Amino acid sequence: MSGPLSAVPADGGGSGELLRVENLVKYFPVRSTGMVRRTIGQVQAVDGVSLTIGRGQTLGLVGETGCGKSTLARCIAGLIPVTSGTVTFEGHDITNLPRRAMRPFRREIQMIFQDPYGSLNPRRRVGAIIGDPFAIHKTATGNERKRAVQELMERVGLNPEHYNRFPAEFSGGQRQRIGVARALALRPKLIICDEPVSALDVSIQAQVLNLLADLQDDFGLSYLFIAHDLEVVRHVSDSVIVMYLGRIAEAGPKDPVYDTPRHPYTAALLSASPAADPESAASRQRIILTGDVPSPINPPSGCRFHPRCPKAQELCSQSVPELEPKSGGEPTHLTACHYPVQAGEILASTGRREPV
Amino acid sequence: MSVTDIAFEAQAAEAVPEQAIEGRSQLQLTWRRLRHDRMAIASVVVILVMAVLALLAPLFASLTGHGVDQPFTNTGLTADGIPVPPGTNGFILGSDYIGRDLLIRILYGARLSLFVGITTTLIATVAGVTIGLVAGYFGGWVDSVLARFIDAVLAFPVVVLALALAAVFGASLPIVLGVISFFSWAGISRIVRGQTLSLKEKEYIEAARSLGAAPLRIMFVDILPNLIGPVLVLATLYIPNAIVFEATLSFLGIGIPAPTADWGSILSEAQNYYQVSWWYVVFPAAALLVTTLAFNLLGDGIRDALDPRTERLFAAGRKSRRRRRREGPAIALAAPAGGSEA
Amino acid sequence: MALARFLVRRVLTGILVLWLVATGTFFLFFARPVLVVARGLAGRAASPQVIQQVIRDLGLDQPLMVQYGHFLNRLFLHLDFGYSYYNGESVKTIIAQDIPITASVVVGGVVLWLIVGLSVGIISATRPRSLFDRVSTVGVLAGLSAPTFVIGELLIIAIFVPLNQHGFSWIQTGYYPLSQGVIPWMGHMILPWVTLATVQAAVYTRLSRGSLIDTLGEDYIRTARAKGLSERRVVFRHGVRAALTPVVSQLGVDIGGLLGGVVVVEQVFGLSGLGQDSVQAIATGNLPVIIGFVIVAAAFVVVANIVVDMCYALLDPRVRLT
Repeated sequence: MSGPLSAVPADGGGSGELLRVENLVKYFPVRSTGMVRRTIGQVQAVDGVSLTIGRGQTLGLVGETGCGKSTLARCIAGLIPVTSGTVTFEGHDITNLPRRAMRPFRREIQMIFQDPYGSLNPRRRVGAIIGDPFAIHKTATGNERKRAVQELMERVGLNPEHYNRFPAEFSGGQRQRIGVARALALRPKLIICDEPVSALDVSIQAQVLNLLADLQDDFGLSYLFIAHDLEVVRHVSDSVIVMYLGRIAEAGPKDPVYDTPRHPYTAALLSASPAADPESAASRQRIILTGDVPSPINPPSGCRFHPRCPKAQELCSQSVPELEPKSGGEPTHLTACHYPVQAGEILASTGRREPV
Repeated sequence: MSVTDIAFEAQAAEAVPEQAIEGRSQLQLTWRRLRHDRMAIASVVVILVMAVLALLAPLFASLTGHGVDQPFTNTGLTADGIPVPPGTNGFILGSDYIGRDLLIRILYGARLSLFVGITTTLIATVAGVTIGLVAGYFGGWVDSVLARFIDAVLAFPVVVLALALAAVFGASLPIVLGVISFFSWAGISRIVRGQTLSLKEKEYIEAARSLGAAPLRIMFVDILPNLIGPVLVLATLYIPNAIVFEATLSFLGIGIPAPTADWGSILSEAQNYYQVSWWYVVFPAAALLVTTLAFNLLGDGIRDALDPRTERLFAAGRKSRRRRRREGPAIALAAPAGGSEA
Repeated sequence: MALARFLVRRVLTGILVLWLVATGTFFLFFARPVLVVARGLAGRAASPQVIQQVIRDLGLDQPLMVQYGHFLNRLFLHLDFGYSYYNGESVKTIIAQDIPITASVVVGGVVLWLIVGLSVGIISATRPRSLFDRVSTVGVLAGLSAPTFVIGELLIIAIFVPLNQHGFSWIQTGYYPLSQGVIPWMGHMILPWVTLATVQAAVYTRLSRGSLIDTLGEDYIRTARAKGLSERRVVFRHGVRAALTPVVSQLGVDIGGLLGGVVVVEQVFGLSGLGQDSVQAIATGNLPVIIGFVIVAAAFVVVANIVVDMCYALLDPRVRLT
């Protein structure tokens, strides 16, 4: 799976590139229980993913639960070792760096987590949590740190006087703001947002999304924005990657991907997402996928989507489709499909049934 | 506890200002709950009294004129050479088999017991927490080795090894401290390891790692605060264990050597006199029991205060369960925790 | 078959543990200056000639590893623990004499403490907050707080002394062989049993009470009640069985502590079993006896743990024997 891969708009190839991921593979060993723990299989969580993120850009990453998007985020953030492939940040190869060597890049790449409850230590005061980056990187101490923390709290819309409170005394949205403040503390260039609003009420989601957008404008941040909500991703992203079972199904600038999806999976996802306009919703062709997502321990051969794909043919189970531009589309709009969806094509409303 | 005490408590509770900005830490909340547990407060009082008496032991010795190791063959023994009963010849709690003042020996014994109990618990807690954190956080072969080691120590016949060690090195205070600490850390380690294993999967640990925090910092800044509750309970419960352990070693003659005043050795000497001198057994035994019981009650109280759901729900028991059944889902947690509960 | 494989594996690990204990003991005692070791083996009062004799007989002048080989050879292949310097008796004989006494204490004590601990725990759990529950809770804490020897001495003062003063002489201290009469044997053993049971039953009362209360709160218990089973059936058929699992695993943990309790109980009640003899061996520095007893104690712990694990697996079908 190589080839011209880019989720960056056409202008962003050279100096504008912040992060480049090439052919990233992450397999988790499956071990038997017992005294001698033999490796009896592998979860192919991420299997050959490449992407780039430009400065000041937002790359949206969508896919169902278990498609490997969170694993990908953790590989990029250097939280778990990569099986193969490279992660390059501003021209430096940061793949599998030892902790000490990774330290300077930690300041540049930060993360916002999904669970506003699990991601804040319940036994530590908010001031200490937001002050952690300063303490760990020894950039500010004492009163200086306190002032910096309170500035951050104010910046993300928290009352700086709540410095000494515990996370339990905040609401979900406020907690997520604390997480944002912590990620922002070291003025990173890239923030990986791992489903930052999935756990929040819809009304709160918009507030947090607007905060993230404001911060992007103010600090020139780049985001890798992971979500399973297509509309949220459309709202925040410049370009989009759709993942299925550890591989990229479709990637490209936001508008072509959303307006003219070429991969049947993307088309199915889009047809299933609720539309704000009831008339267009009624006229829309609903593609209903059958079956569950197959196990990443033993993924389907060829195109991983073929058992559920309404357009699957013989070829799909035999050969892995390349991620490449399809005829009639923009050169930056890439699709991994042997039989891409054509404009105006109506897909069968049910997927091909597996022969019983 | 008297009525005035309770009134004072109520007043103290009101005196706490409403804290709008300052969050309440777990320890503050625990303390607030503990303060209303009469049994726990009584235990604290008993422990403090015992500690003060122990500290003042030399004062009592000079007041009575009876040195701790000083035998009084004339006043302290009857004509038949038997210990004198309490209240005789200025021996408030009677005398021992060579005419020493039992009260003074018990007070000096308290010094030793409390010292050994607290010192070994501190050593065991520090060692146990560190080893448990390391095993749980690093996992892999480090954990396998340490976990096996913990299990081995836990399963080891403690007294047998103490006997062997005493045989090799001879009995002394450092050996006693070492043996007791060595056999106490493993229990703490096991709990800490288990908790660490689950805590390290939390997202906030991942957040700390994504900030570049070193393993040591994660273990002690991020994980440890979450363990303070259980560790505090365990430590409080290990103090009486250590006191009993030390007394047992002395009783078997492999503890701190004579003539040091020690509850275990007093009771060991008393063995031959139980037919004639009941006080010789009863008073040191009572001192030992009251002290260990107080620590155990305090530990239980802290456990309840840390996690008001567990025991209290049990204690709420039948009555509230019946009430719940009748009234539908009442708030079980709000059931008033019976202050009289042990 | 799973059980057979499990047994084989456990026996092999057991032998490994014993080897480790033996090795540890050996180096603890023998990796010291030859004269110190020889004096330990020959007794403090031994003359220089005797010490030289011991050094020659036991090969203490040979390299440590050679001695270690001999030691393991004697121990595992010939079950030879050497001879007590005190009276020249073989340690094997001493152990054989002591085992019935210690076994009497252990078996009776364990049976009594399980019966008392479990029944009090179950009654408390089914009647939480009752008078019985409160009294037993306080009793449990007292039991937890009390050292074994204190309970033993208090029992002697409160029961043995007054009863014998009033001419009631069934309850005795010291040992009486089981083979010479069950009733007097029980009379001699009852106080040691009660002592052991008082200390240990506390743990089991608390454990079985807590665990049964937890279990009785489970949904499947409610289901059992809902389908109209009698309360007795609910508690015993559905509750107790599940609640016993932590009790059994605690039993495994307590085996080491049990030995300590036995040592103390034998000391208090003047029973010359393994415990008292080992304390005496320490006092006299009788090295061969100490080593023999340490290894017997380790063997006991290993065997008892295997038994406990098997009970555990029988009780809880989810536990796989691995």
